[in-house]
Amino acid sequence: MANFILSVLVENKFGVLARVSGLFSARGFNITSLAVGETEDPEISRMTIVVDADERILEQVKKQLHKLIDTIKVLDLTGKETVERELLLVKVNADKTSVREKIIKVADTTGAKIVDIGKKTITIEEAGDEHRIKALIELLKPYGIIEMARTGKVALSSDK
Amino acid sequence: MTKISGAEIIVKSLIEENVKHAFGYPGGAVIPLMDAIYAEKKLNFILTRHEQGAAHAADGYARATGEVGVCIATSGPGATNLVTGIATANMDSIPMVAITGQVKSVLIGNDAFQEADIVGITRPITKHNYLVKNISTLASTLKEAFHVARTGRPGPVLVDVPVDVQLAKDEFKYPKDVNMRGYKPTYVGHSKQIEKIAQAIENSKRPVLYIGGGVILSGASKELAKLARMTDIPVTMTMMGLGAFPGDDPLSLGMLGMHGTAYANHAIQESDLLIAVGARFDDRVTGRVDTFAPDAKVVHIDIDPSSVSKNVRVDLPVIGDARLVLKELLTFVKKPDIAEWHKKIKKWKNELPLKYKDDDVLRPQFIIETLERLTRDKNVIITTEVGQNQMWSAQYFCFREPRTWLSSGGLGTMGFGFPAAIGAQVGKPECLVIDIAGDGSIQMNIQEMATAVLNKLPVKIVILNNGYLGMVRQWQELFYDRRYAFTTLSDGGDSYCPDFVKLAESYGAAGIRVKRKDEVESAIKKAIGIDGPVMIDFIIQREENVFPMVPAGESISNMLHGLA
Repeated sequence: MANFILSVLVENKFGVLARVSGLFSARGFNITSLAVGETEDPEISRMTIVVDADERILEQVKKQLHKLIDTIKVLDLTGKETVERELLLVKVNADKTSVREKIIKVADTTGAKIVDIGKKTITIEEAGDEHRIKALIELLKPYGIIEMARTGKVALSSDK
Repeated sequence: MTKISGAEIIVKSLIEENVKHAFGYPGGAVIPLMDAIYAEKKLNFILTRHEQGAAHAADGYARATGEVGVCIATSGPGATNLVTGIATANMDSIPMVAITGQVKSVLIGNDAFQEADIVGITRPITKHNYLVKNISTLASTLKEAFHVARTGRPGPVLVDVPVDVQLAKDEFKYPKDVNMRGYKPTYVGHSKQIEKIAQAIENSKRPVLYIGGGVILSGASKELAKLARMTDIPVTMTMMGLGAFPGDDPLSLGMLGMHGTAYANHAIQESDLLIAVGARFDDRVTGRVDTFAPDAKVVHIDIDPSSVSKNVRVDLPVIGDARLVLKELLTFVKKPDIAEWHKKIKKWKNELPLKYKDDDVLRPQFIIETLERLTRDKNVIITTEVGQNQMWSAQYFCFREPRTWLSSGGLGTMGFGFPAAIGAQVGKPECLVIDIAGDGSIQMNIQEMATAVLNKLPVKIVILNNGYLGMVRQWQELFYDRRYAFTTLSDGGDSYCPDFVKLAESYGAAGIRVKRKDEVESAIKKAIGIDGPVMIDFIIQREENVFPMVPAGESISNMLHGLA
């Protein structure tokens, strides 16, 4: 099993997300992440779905997605030149001044952005590929991660 | 332009789609729609006694005629009662449009009286479905619904219409065309691939045509018969494919799979080329997948790309309409040299025919053979319920034409056969429509007796009454040490529960009881002679089994042949 990235263009209608997620649950396919948003055409949404599958299951996933009436296009970005980004918000424990300084340093050196500083916590934003997000999480773990939110991956094929 | 109500728009749309009959049941959220249908002379509405009956009747109508079947129900329980019928049609790719009433738009999501999220409920069991939120999209939605239902791989489509949309007013403009950017089925197969099939056929030594319901849906029977005769390739059919090729043709191997003929299964297992057309390698066909047709190069012609390589790895796929692909294949194909193969098949046919004990006991196989013999000169349509009655019918009734065998294949719905027979009879009034049932299944939609009687639909019901849920009892006998857990429907004595003869009579239909083998022929003749619904209650050998049988999960080479 491995992660594959599918970029699926669907009609921007109510119930489409339910159709897609229902398809995954009914057929026992595994979703690692799913991100949905409008495209340049407001009538079309793009779903970026990271699927945990083997080649045979992936083939079925693509065909079943395509079979949905509201699906316009299924693009398999796996192994292609792509630009991938995920957004992470992470709230870290920072109740001591010494710890605060260390966390700010981590943010500075990794290029992550501090978006909120509270009395006892610091919230950091990071946008990047999977590697970058994971690396930041690892660096912040020792300080105590209180809450974390990830958008799931979005991706576009590269024009290189 | 004058404005008309949403309900009237629905009726006018149905007329535009050439719908002549609809099956359904009224209720609070479809009163405006029922009122509009009441006013329309061109649309015949058949009131069933249960919404499930309406769904199966619409399905049976579609299977018998090839047209889209239409059923209508109210919101909430009316809609949920359609569910089994919709799922049945979905599994067998039957074109159907189900229209449901919904509570007022403003009440949706409020747990209103008789509210059910039927669009949510039927999402996984429809080809597509719609909730019409605004009257301005009502006609175009119905246009799309019929288009989706009947094109590509057909299937059921549900359109949910809130009662306020039925009452709202708008101009009626029925769109001429449908343009759905996400839905464009592929009909024409890839010529290069089709040429490769011809090549594979020419080089094959042991080819088999494996035919499914898709051949019937695409109307490809003539092309299939031509192909079989041009190439001399033997033909086996799935249960859904019965009738696609004449069962009494020397090239026919009959049905394959769990209760298929031994010679069909052996032919599959020893084939070097398996040509699947409109079939989907269902588990009841393949048995244990990794042992299925081990030496065969697999060709798969299907309109649904997701059917290809789903269960069995396909070597040569062609996506397209079965009729068009076969037609093109006919231009390339050459006859292979397969005389040895035919010798082998002939040997299997001689050594391992379908058989049952020929004695004085009233056995179901004899009843079906007699029924077939006595109806051969008529336009007969057989529907079945599910279980032993269905398998004996598939094995012993010879189907020669497509759309003469209507049976719930994929979902295996008990209670399907009788309402489906009603739908078939509505669509094909000139045909003799017979439901072959078990005493268990028939009770699942027995209320439709009233529909048959009051609409003067002369459907015949043949009950193979063994007082058991026979197929499950058979599994219990063979694999559960004869522990007949909850499969006994009678006390085995001389009393009947229910007494089907009296039951038929109570509905104003005729009832006949047959207990002896020598009464079968006269009873069937009598039933055919009666111009109205007849129920024949055949009291059969209680523990008769369906053989051959491939135990679930085993290779189709491992058939149980029984004692006969």
